[in-house]
Amino acid sequence: MSPLLEARGLTRRYRDLTALDDVSLQLGAGQRVAVVGESGSGKSTLARLLLALDTPDAGTVALDGHPVHPGSARSLRWFRRRVQTVPQDPGRSFNPRMRVGQAVAEPLACLQVHGDHSARVAELLVAVGLEPDAAQRWPHEFSGGQRQRLAIARALAPRPDVLVADEPVSALDVVVRLQVVELLAQLSAAEGLALVVVSHDLGVVQHLCERVLVLDGGRVVEHGPVPQVLGTPAHPVTARLLDAVPTLAAVAP
Amino acid sequence: MLRVHDLSVALPGAGSAAPSGRRLVDGVSFDVSAGERVGVVGASGAGKSQLVAALLGLTAPGLEVGGSVRVEGAEVVGAGPAVWRPLRGSATALVAQDPGTALDPLSRVGRQVALPLRARGVTRREAGRRTEALLAEVGMPGTARRFPSQLSGGQRQRVALALALVGAPRLLVADEPTSALDPTVQAGVLDLLDRVTGPGRAALLLVTHDLAVAARLCSRLLVLDAGRLVADGPVAEVLADPLLADVVAASRALAVTR
Repeated sequence: MSPLLEARGLTRRYRDLTALDDVSLQLGAGQRVAVVGESGSGKSTLARLLLALDTPDAGTVALDGHPVHPGSARSLRWFRRRVQTVPQDPGRSFNPRMRVGQAVAEPLACLQVHGDHSARVAELLVAVGLEPDAAQRWPHEFSGGQRQRLAIARALAPRPDVLVADEPVSALDVVVRLQVVELLAQLSAAEGLALVVVSHDLGVVQHLCERVLVLDGGRVVEHGPVPQVLGTPAHPVTARLLDAVPTLAAVAP
Repeated sequence: MLRVHDLSVALPGAGSAAPSGRRLVDGVSFDVSAGERVGVVGASGAGKSQLVAALLGLTAPGLEVGGSVRVEGAEVVGAGPAVWRPLRGSATALVAQDPGTALDPLSRVGRQVALPLRARGVTRREAGRRTEALLAEVGMPGTARRFPSQLSGGQRQRVALALALVGAPRLLVADEPTSALDPTVQAGVLDLLDRVTGPGRAALLLVTHDLAVAARLCSRLLVLDAGRLVADGPVAEVLADPLLADVVAASRALAVTR
């Protein structure tokens, strides 16, 4: 049986820079994989390729064994119904002139999902911890954390099997960050949603994911279960990422 | 060095009788002594950035600033350019959150760092020498001929810091200087701030939502909540304050354990 989402030998070059070099990844239903690395290591390039937003120079992405290529909205409809994304910046990912309910329902309309869209929106708003009447309000009326919840609600609207999230919580302050991380963990557990979380925050990775892939210079330098990779890092980049995070431990027990 | 008394920043029309929700900064008082390193923490929307803007005379037009801010004795609330000119850059300097917008994209890095020196009548050769030395100090030697677009985010933040340090300020105000940076780059910038501020060097007012970052550099913490100063004291004491319990708990929950 083929894995839910599979990337094989993905390579992406920009002129003489190889942003991503022969990266493979397999994701089964309900699995949660993190992609970590320093700036410029290829994290976001990988996320874009997994979402069929960009064409690799080599390699393939397949969903349930069916290859996917960037193309027209119509040709990707089947893929977008099942693979959705949560963007990094909750401030800029909403049309300021579209009411929140319409924004959250937009994937349902675009992807021609059948059913009662407004009922689904109300259900989603509740699922991410907002009031159903939020649908009537405008994006600017919400805080950053609330907007990130809305972005998650929008991504979940078509009931995807996979969520690819590129730094979904790095713009949020720590209390809200924890809430959103716990929301994603709970949705994944409750609905069998598979997650690919791109993040430089190893604390978030530890909290949310079971497997982690460490990128450096576009190559996978480490890949394994989170406790193993973060517990006994085998590559200097992993160790560097671990050491770089300031902690409160030194100040107060 | 810095004396802040009953400082407020309000939306227009919000007089003393208006609901306090319209005050972005509300009756804040504190002092910073020479060489002291103070962290300003609080959730999004607590008024941290508005506080910084008011301290530095950078409040957006249309907002009303009340109370008193004395920078080395000079009252700066409502002050015009004549008051600020001798202070800006030498008494106070700002490192902004986003290094991308702090730099002029059309001007070479060296020229931007040298500009304040040249404006004070330093010779071209001497300004060039000091610029090179300063860029070396922030870990960016030999980059004077580069444009900001040729630098990474972390490198731009280092240049922005050089730009802030060029006037040898006695108080460095840094508004989320590392929140746009990756952790390894952040660690480098924090080390750098650690080197250039502290007793005998510049004082630091560090605004951040990351308690661990504040604890790494500062000896004292101010906590803002809905525009009010709700705690002020030594780091360990403030972190133990029930006011911060949820933030400390969330920080610990998301901290990496090994």
